[in-house]
Amino acid sequence: MMKFKNIWIHATLIFVSLLSIFPFIWLLSTSLKGSGENIFAYPPTIIPQDFTFANYVGVWHKVNLMRYFINSMIVAGGTVLLNLILSSLAGYPLARMEFKGKKIAFFSILATIMVPFQAIMLPVYLITLKLHLVDSVNDTMGFIGLIMPFAVSAFGIFLMRQAFLAIPREMEEAAIVDGCNVFQVFWKVLLPMVKPSLAVLAIFTFIGSWGEFLWPSIVLTKEAMYTLPVGVNNLQGMFSSNWRFIAAGSIISIIPIIIFFLAMQKYFISGENEGAVKG
Amino acid sequence: MFKYYGKTAPYLFLLPAALVLVVFFFIPFFQTIWLSFQDYSTNIYHATFSGLKNYIDILHNPIFYKVMWNTILYLVVAVPILAIIPLFLAILINQKIRGITLYKILIYLPVIVSIVVAAIAFKWLYAEQGILNYILNVLNINSIGWLTDPKYAIYSVIIVTIWKGIGYYMMIYLAALMSVPKELYEACDIDGAGFLRKHLTVTIPHIMPTIALVTTISSISAMKIFAEIYVMTKGGPLNSTKTIVYYIYEKAFENLDLGYASAMAVILLVIVMIFSLVNICCFERGKYQI
Repeated sequence: MMKFKNIWIHATLIFVSLLSIFPFIWLLSTSLKGSGENIFAYPPTIIPQDFTFANYVGVWHKVNLMRYFINSMIVAGGTVLLNLILSSLAGYPLARMEFKGKKIAFFSILATIMVPFQAIMLPVYLITLKLHLVDSVNDTMGFIGLIMPFAVSAFGIFLMRQAFLAIPREMEEAAIVDGCNVFQVFWKVLLPMVKPSLAVLAIFTFIGSWGEFLWPSIVLTKEAMYTLPVGVNNLQGMFSSNWRFIAAGSIISIIPIIIFFLAMQKYFISGENEGAVKG
Repeated sequence: MFKYYGKTAPYLFLLPAALVLVVFFFIPFFQTIWLSFQDYSTNIYHATFSGLKNYIDILHNPIFYKVMWNTILYLVVAVPILAIIPLFLAILINQKIRGITLYKILIYLPVIVSIVVAAIAFKWLYAEQGILNYILNVLNINSIGWLTDPKYAIYSVIIVTIWKGIGYYMMIYLAALMSVPKELYEACDIDGAGFLRKHLTVTIPHIMPTIALVTTISSISAMKIFAEIYVMTKGGPLNSTKTIVYYIYEKAFENLDLGYASAMAVILLVIVMIFSLVNICCFERGKYQI
């Protein structure tokens, strides 16, 4: 009886797992099919008959995927770094200090959670233009423009505030008796104690930034500045109906994030950090 | 505890984040509202104050109703499915059986992969002579235009959103399931309750707040859908897949009708804020207590 129940559970989970990865498998299969094989063949074949890496070589030479990857790294890296710094700086006084206007600061930050970026993206774009943070000025300004609207989030600030709240007050008292000033307390005593929260913030900010599509597709004008999602979407236009190339380019583009996911899997699937990625 | 920091210290700590939020959030927020009362439709370089004209125009625009209808379809179809299937999977995965980690990784994979690649992968599945139509043919059903037939296109897009969300909501449920006291299940086993009764009487009542949370989160995300549409259909055919964010994007960045786009953005804002308020006040209160 027990065995039978388990078989039923495994069957369901295997089925759902296959559904989850099938679109990628089919893309992978198409990307490995040579020109001698009809990719629209009925019945479809999962295992390529005319197996080749030619599509990968072709798309690699025609499209600067490496450049897209580096651009994505710069944008995601910069976004993560700024989020770590700004969120922990802002989270600390909200957790530990009493000051005039604390309530206003608290509720203002909370209010930002309720407003979706999509609703304010137009003025954000107008401001970014006014500040010359666009790639038509130069690449550096372009990167800053890609990063700044996402440099801090209410989610990050509240996450760090929670982390600071959990630290016993005695830690600070001891440090101050030892002669630390407030910045040293923050930097040398408190920050090392919230490393787990910083890691969570870094990982989920990275995933969010890495997949971001709307904002870069609004601000970017130069192909050399494309991030991976924008560049991959652009494959469709470049190779109109050459699905072998589109598939090969798409597969290459997801390799880095899959490696990152597998390396950091415990953060995603342990069930401890739920709600950390924004849906 | 004695006060070890000066009067200005808290403000200095808050300053960098405050600067970013003011420039890239609060100013745009008020500017959106301001722009929604401006008329840019005749001259994009010269706006005139037009009061509620944009809002009135929107209410007379049949495409806007189509867009809202698509959003409602999303809420009616995607949200219940995303509340139920991930819960069912989380219950299955929350048992001591082999291979759990592998299942979790595979089911979570769509969540971390960029929506653009997901949309491209599905576009390929949906191709006219694609594999899904082949499966239909095998089942003796005629091929359908998954993304080209206005009857089906919106559902094809909704499928992508659901497929990408299942792992995410499953992990939220899984975290909630861990907090259900084990003794309750043991009591059920002693009573001889079956799978269904056990979960209907113990699990569901226990994680009701999480079910409600998942419902509001997925409703909010449904209203922000953009990339799937942009990559797969551009809102077509015949506006059948146009979502509100896509329509705002089109009006703002393609038609350069800033006032009209902003008025729609305000409408989106109001709807999302209502859902978010419910969320913050009812389900995530603990996180945000001062």
